[in-house]
Formats: sequence, C-alpha cells, structure tokens
Amino acid sequence: MQEHIQLDPKEINDIALSPILETPKWWFPAVLISFGFIVAGLSAFFYMVYNGLGVTGLNRPVFWGFFIVNFVFWIGISHAGIMISAILRLTQAEWRRPITRAAEVLTVFSLMAALHTPLFHVGRPWRTYWVFPYDFSRGVWPNVRSPFVWDPSAVGTYLIASTLFVIICLLPDLAIIRDRTTGLRSKIYGILCLGWRGTPRQWKMQTIVGILLSALVLPVFVSVHSIVSWDFAVIVGVEGWHSTIFAPYFIIGAIHSGVSAVATFMVIMMWAWKGNNKILRPDHLDAIGRLLIIVATTWFLFLFLEISFALFTLERPEIVLRELQFFKWPFSGLFILFLLTAYFIPVPMWMFKKVRRSLPLMFITTILVNIGMWLERFLIIVPSLSRKTPFAFDWGSYTPSIVEILIVTETFAFVIFGLLLFSKFLPLIPIFDIKEGMVFRDEIKIGRRTVPASIRE
Amino acid sequence: MKRSIIGLFLDENLAADALDDIRKAGYTMDEYEILTGLPYPEGTFGENEPKHKLYRWPLFGAVCGFIMGLLITAGTQVAYPLVTGGKPVLGIPPMAIIMYEGTMLGAIIFTIIGVVFESRLPRIFMGAYDTRITEGYIGITVTTSEDKIEKAEEILKNIGAEDIKRGWE
Repeated sequence: MQEHIQLDPKEINDIALSPILETPKWWFPAVLISFGFIVAGLSAFFYMVYNGLGVTGLNRPVFWGFFIVNFVFWIGISHAGIMISAILRLTQAEWRRPITRAAEVLTVFSLMAALHTPLFHVGRPWRTYWVFPYDFSRGVWPNVRSPFVWDPSAVGTYLIASTLFVIICLLPDLAIIRDRTTGLRSKIYGILCLGWRGTPRQWKMQTIVGILLSALVLPVFVSVHSIVSWDFAVIVGVEGWHSTIFAPYFIIGAIHSGVSAVATFMVIMMWAWKGNNKILRPDHLDAIGRLLIIVATTWFLFLFLEISFALFTLERPEIVLRELQFFKWPFSGLFILFLLTAYFIPVPMWMFKKVRRSLPLMFITTILVNIGMWLERFLIIVPSLSRKTPFAFDWGSYTPSIVEILIVTETFAFVIFGLLLFSKFLPLIPIFDIKEGMVFRDEIKIGRRTVPASIRE
Repeated sequence: MKRSIIGLFLDENLAADALDDIRKAGYTMDEYEILTGLPYPEGTFGENEPKHKLYRWPLFGAVCGFIMGLLITAGTQVAYPLVTGGKPVLGIPPMAIIMYEGTMLGAIIFTIIGVVFESRLPRIFMGAYDTRITEGYIGITVTTSEDKIEKAEEILKNIGAEDIKRGWE
C-alpha cells in the first residue's frame, strides 16, 4: 500500500458519508430502473404461479434449469464477503479496510437473491414450510436425510450470521451518522446505534467481535457451498454429479466468482462516488487482482481434476456426459465461452500490473469471470440432466422461457437495488476501520526512501 | 442525580495527561471515562484494560445450538420414524450436517448478544457527550456527585481542554 493518502477523521467522515448526506444525480434513475426489473420479474413469477411450471422450459428429464443455476451462482457470489472480510481480517491484511463492508453487504444481498430462486423453482412456494421442523400438532417432520433440508439450514445460518456481522460492525458508523445529522434522522440513527459512545470497552468489543465472528463464520462459509454441492453429489439418478471433489470444487469456484464480484463492486464504488478514490486506491485493485490470479488458478486445477478423473475411470455415463459438454452444440460453444471468460482471458491479463490497476480493465475482466462462472453452473446442471439417466429413461433438451429469463434478471436487479438502498442510508466504507488504519500507520525511513509502516497491537 | 462533565481534547498526549490528573485528584474508575471516535490501542491514555467474559458467550451458544440440532434431527426422526431410500432413520452424516449448522448458529447469535451486553448497550441516556468525538476529538467524562463536579471541571480546564460541556446522567 504505497499510495496511501493520510486523512484526518473529519475528512474520512466527509468522504464516507457523502453518499448518505448528498444524493448523486444517477441514484434515483438507477433505483427506478432496478425496481422496474424487480417488478417485471415478480410479474413473471406470479404469472408462473397462476399458470403452473409449464410456462418455464423445465420438463422431463431436465427438471433443474435457470433457477437452480442462478441459485448456485448467487450462493457463490455470497462467498465474497467472508473471503475478503473474514480471511483478510484474521490475517490482518491492511488492504482489507476499505472493502470489508462492501463485501459483507454484497454477501447479504446475494444470499437473499439466492434464496429467491429455489422458492420460485418449487412452483408452489407457499409450501416451503415443509422444510422447517415446526409442526408439533401433526407430528409429521421433515426428512432430515434429504439435502433439501440441509440446504436451508446451511444457507439460513450463513444469512443470519452475515447479516448480524454487518449490523454489529455498523454500530460505530451509525453513531457517526447520528452525530452528523439533526432532527428525526439523528434520532433514528441514535436508536439504531444503540446509544454508542466510543468507550474503550465498546471499542475492545468491536475489535474482538471482528476476529471472533470471522473465525465463527469461516467454517459456515465452507459448509454452505459444500452442502450446495451435495444437492448434486448425493442424487442417485444423475451419475455425472457423483463426484467426491464437488465440495472443494464448488467452494473454490464460489471464491473465484465472489472475489471477482467484490472487485467489480470496488470499481463501481470508485466510479460512482469520486470521493472514495482517496480511500480506495488502485493499490487495492492491484492487491485483489493478485489474489484473483491465485484463486482462479486453484479453481482451474480443480476443474482439470474434476474432468480428468471423471474421464480416467472410463465409465460410460461420464464419457457420454463429457461428450455432450465438449462436442455437442450448444453446450460445446458455451463450454469454450466458459473457459475463455472464467480463466483464459482474465488471468493472463491480470498478470500485468497496468491491467490490475486499471478501473475499466478490472471491471471488464471481473465481469467476464462471473459470466464464465454462471455458465459453469449451467454446464454442470443442464447437460447432466439432458442425458438418459437411470430414473429419467429418456434424453431431453432445455430451452429457458422468457418467464425464467425475467425471474433470473429480477435477482440481479434485486441485488443492485439492495446495494443502492444500502448506500443511501448506511456507509459502504467501514469508517472506524479506516480511521484505525490511519492511526496505526506511520512512516519509516529506509535508506533514502520513506515508506508507510503499520503498527499492530 | 449525578452530574456529568466532558472535556474535549485534540491531542492524545494531553488527553492522557488529563486522565492522569483526574485519577490523582481521587476520582475512581467508575467516575471517569474516555470517549474516542476510533479504536486506539489499549492503554493509549493510561486507562485500565476493560475486563469481559465475551468468550463464554459463543461456547454457551454452541452448546444450546448443538442441543437444538440434536432435537431437530434425532428427536423428530424418532418421533416420526419413516424409512426413506433405505437409509437408517438416525443416519450420522445428515444429522452431523444439521447439528453442525445449529451449533455454529447458536455460537454466532450468542456472540452478538454477548457483544451487545459486554459493550453495555443499549444505552438510553448519553450523559455528557459531544458530537465532535466522532470527528476526531477525544472526550474525557467525569460523572460524579454535584459537589465534586466543579473540581473535575477545573482540572480539565487547567490541562488545556479545547471545550468543556456539562450534562446529566
């Protein structure tokens, strides 16, 4: 972090609170557009509820399509918050400070978007209560041997944990907004911050909770995508999914797409609120770019292992599935596009420092990664179901309907809408964390060079 | 009712000196407090290290969560023993998954409750407070009886506080 700009606490407040205290011109149109997409998606959903799942492209044997692809995709994005926030917090990486909050908030909204899609997918969402063990009067309980009960327990735990993590770390920043505003607004923020004053005891608890929750949420983060992968791996009928490597493969894929999404969000924050450029520096993008090279390459190793060991067994179902993925149109085209966008275009580009420090290039490459990662989930789910399996008996194809496309678009609009609302009412940059970084930072002279140094407790 | 006073400082050393003087004047730990807008390293102002029992909370929560997980898995399956897919009614792998999530959820929820409790929040009455604290000022508050408040004000003034304000506790 050589490009550090030393700011006093008031300047940091001004920068971080400017999205809350002043409304940029683009904010209302952006909110309206994303809200429009949400309305369109929900209309499509109600149309589907009224007419039945027949309005989607789902049919035997492809019972899982865009909804489940999208579910896995958003669960993947949600791993961004914990990867960036918890791991970097535990390792005391200084460059984490400006991006932890944005990553955590992205996690919360991604999880909410992820939870949308299985609800839509089941066709009759009002029966979702079947997965929850609440029915004391009838004595009929959910079957806990089903992965569809494991999933809500894991995703629910992760959502509650991430939301509480964001809320508890917001308390000192809410107090800053309380002190900067007047009237009713100040009173509301005063209630929200629970009467925060900034005593040594309160600060000590904040410091400990950051570390403690990071340590507690990390195992949940690992379990969530493992369990999502077991939704596939334990299904008897689809041989292509019987893979012991699925859990770590899904986790590293989730980290790849999640960290890329955080980088995209960082670029948007730097573009949208110019003041942020004093806190979020190209150095931060450089650091996340280097991290992405490692994550992407590890993910690519798992992809290679998944494919090569599946083929090495010479089992017929695996060979047929891979033939479908690699050589049959349109999957073959999508597979090439997936490889190019998820790895072969972005990673060589990230090797260059100029790319890692360029806002437009980082934006494009990280968006490409997420296009690729969405396709990856599509290529895992749809070709595997398209081929004849022991319980489906016939081959089939899948073409998503406009209803599914609108509902999937709604989830993207929902996340954007949520982030826009959050940015208007709550700080996306963890103000007290930045201030702490400024206090702990000093300059030391090495030879003829003066470089920044960080003090650690 | 107790009276409360706050002295504001911009310089960390001056704030530390003021706290020393307050202590020397005979005010007890319960009577003075230091308020900052950012987490300074512990002991920056010579204050005592706050004692807490936060680490017990997640442990207690984990135990509660584990028991809930056990009841949800083993309890419900024994209450309605329906064999599906030839799997045992009490299968270790699915039970372990839900019990694990329950344990972690319990630990996390209790950690949050513990942090709020140990931070002595929510606080309804702010006492002597100044909004400049979140802009970088360091506040030293003294909350004491009416007769001792004048002396505290004098100490804060003499050491060079930028501003002094009074409040009620």
